[in-house]
This record gives sequence, structure tokens and C-alpha cells, in this order.
Amino acid sequence: MTEKVVIIGSGPAGLTAAIYAARAGLEPLMVEGMERGGQLMITTDVENYPGFPDGIMGPDLMEQIRKQAERFGTRIISSNVTDVDLSERPFTVRVGSDEYRAETVIISTGASARWLGVPGEEKLRGFGVSACATCDGFFFRDKELVVVGGGDSAMEEALFLTKFASKVTVVHRRDSFRASTIMAERVLNHPKIDVVWNSVVDEVVGDGVVTGVVLRDVETDATTPFSTDGVFVAIGHTPNTKVFSGQLELDGAGYILTEPGTTRTSVPGVYAAGDVADKVYRQAVTAAGMGCQAALDAERFLDHMG
Amino acid sequence: MGSNTITVTDGDFQTAIASETPTLVDFWAEWCGPCKIMDAPLDELAGDYSGKLTVAKLNVDENPSTMGAYSVMSIPTMIVFQNGEERRRLVGARSKGQLQAELAEFLNQ
Repeated sequence: MTEKVVIIGSGPAGLTAAIYAARAGLEPLMVEGMERGGQLMITTDVENYPGFPDGIMGPDLMEQIRKQAERFGTRIISSNVTDVDLSERPFTVRVGSDEYRAETVIISTGASARWLGVPGEEKLRGFGVSACATCDGFFFRDKELVVVGGGDSAMEEALFLTKFASKVTVVHRRDSFRASTIMAERVLNHPKIDVVWNSVVDEVVGDGVVTGVVLRDVETDATTPFSTDGVFVAIGHTPNTKVFSGQLELDGAGYILTEPGTTRTSVPGVYAAGDVADKVYRQAVTAAGMGCQAALDAERFLDHMG
Repeated sequence: MGSNTITVTDGDFQTAIASETPTLVDFWAEWCGPCKIMDAPLDELAGDYSGKLTVAKLNVDENPSTMGAYSVMSIPTMIVFQNGEERRRLVGARSKGQLQAELAEFLNQ
């Protein structure tokens, strides 16, 4: 049996696509993945999603959208996609040993917070390596900390950490911040914050807990050991596109390329919606909007195919 | 806080983890957003696997010595203890499904 629409991913983009596809009678099959609900499942108060004047918890919002998708007959599989074959139609989507054929595929696998990927980082996660200043700043009272990154979120982390730490050093690979001027200025003028420009962290050092990092100057390649009690990583997100690489056109950072104004990818019949294809807006509501577009694009494609 | 979990403190911590039944201790605090997200999945886990896994909550603000003794430097941190020994440590928020997968050896005994 060939499915009309298979949706991969279950954040706001995937679930909105499911609502529209189901209401159009396309009986969508959703492979929701192990991280059901996506990034909103680890977001507390969502205060900018229309329709919730008092805000809503991320997991509650996702539960409601999921119910709405199920109400119209979306079938949901709670596993990760193992691999896909998009080289011919019907497309093939594999989930472990199960194989599904699909006339159209909507990809909404989202993005994940990025880690440095350097030696020592994974081993010391939770022992001085963190990606959440509001969670973990408390554990570093009167300690010295490193924040890696140059965007708004890195600035927010650094400023927040000054409430606890005696000194915060921001390490950034360029010679200026990408962050908004107001945030960058607050960091540059803060008496507790130093900045190391043109540098990256090559290694996190520590036996049991973090005791330092190895910094590398990207211009000279010179490395320097740097003492610190903690490393906060704020270097953005990476799209979840590993299983699609080589089958769809991706940009240099791994995001799925779509035809402007549509959700059409380089393969006719395959659509992309949400953070997996959007590195500009990255909002729950824009992802939901793209999910709607993808379902309508898929519906139109199926109509034309007869 | 859910009805299926118990609360532990610095005072009764050692007693709580001494059991042969695995005890998952969730280190949390009021000001930690991702910790709040763990309330529901942990409560459900405690309900679903009652008798196989005890789920206990430890507030790090109020119980600094346990936090220090186990070098907890990030929350949420969830540590599974059995017979007083640390058996597994999970750092960071995750879904109920992920918890079930990562704790399978304790849940499916």
C-alpha cells in the first residue's frame, strides 16, 4: 500500500501539516521521532503563540496540537526514521525493519541545539559543560566561566552568568559579535566580562569536573590553555537532515533548500517545513505556517498527478 | 508536583537510595525551566513502573550538601541509585520515551 503523505517529525510544522493533510482526506502517516513534539517540549513559557493570551507551557501546546492532528485521523508512529529513498516515486521511508511507500513526503525534523564536538565536551557535560545558563549558573557562584558564541543567546547567557560568576570570558571565533548592538554593548561594557576574539575552544579539560579549556587562535593556529570552572555553549542550532543528505539539496549548513515562497525541495513531491528549512525566523508560529503550506503544496501535487 | 513521586532531603537521602529497588533522584530547582518540564514525564514514569522504580525529587536550593556530594553542576540531573550506589546519570531534560529507552535495564527487570 502506498501512503499519500508521510510526515517526518512532530513539532509545530509536522503537526500542522498533519492537521491540513488529514482534513483534506489524505490520511497522513506521521513518523514522530523519539523527540516527539520537538524543541518546544523543552521550552517552558511560550508567550508569543497566538491564541494563548496568558502564555502556555511548550509541552502543553504540543499536546493540544497533537490532539487536533489525531482528531482528523492522523496515524502516528513513535520511532525515528532510519533512512529514506527519495530517488524514485513512490518514495521509501524506513523505520527500523518497517518500510513505507509514499506519494509525497513532508520533512519537518527540526533543528537541535549545537554542541562544540570537541574532546572532553561530552564526558564533562553536567560536570561544568552546559548549554543552559538559567539552569546551571547557580552552581558556579564566585567561579570563573567561559561562554562560547557570538549571537544574542551567547550574550544573554554571559550577562545572566555575571550574577553568579566572579568572571565570565566570552570566546568568539570572529572579530565582532553577530548579536544585536544593544546586547553586544551590554557585554562589552560589563566589568565582569572579558572577550577573547578570533578564537575557538579546541578541547575541554578536566578530570571529573571542568578545570579548563584549550583555546585556539583561528588566525595563527596558536593554542593556549585557559583555566575555567565551566563552559557554557551557545553556538546556535543544527538542522536534523543527516538521513536526507545526498538525496535533497541542502545549503552549506545542512538546511534543506526550498523554492522561495513555497515548501518545494529539489525533489518534486518532497516538501520541507519548519526549522529544518528555516534559519531566519525559527518560531513555533512560522513553523506551523510552513507546515500548512507544505500540506497544501503536497495536496496540489497529488491533484496534478491524478 | 506529581502524586507518584516522593520528596527527599539532605536528611533522609542516604536512607532513600539504600533500597534494592532502583531509585531515580531528580535534582531540581524552582528557577530551572527545563526541570519543570520533567515533572510530568517523571510522575508518569513513577506511576507506570510502580514497584520497579522509585522516583524521588531533591530540591538543590534547600539541600546543598547532597548536591555537592554527587557533584551535581547542572539541572535537571537524574541519578539512578541502587543499594546506595550510583548506577546511571542523565543530565538535561528529555521526554518520557527517551527516559524509558535510557532506563530500560531498570524498568524491564
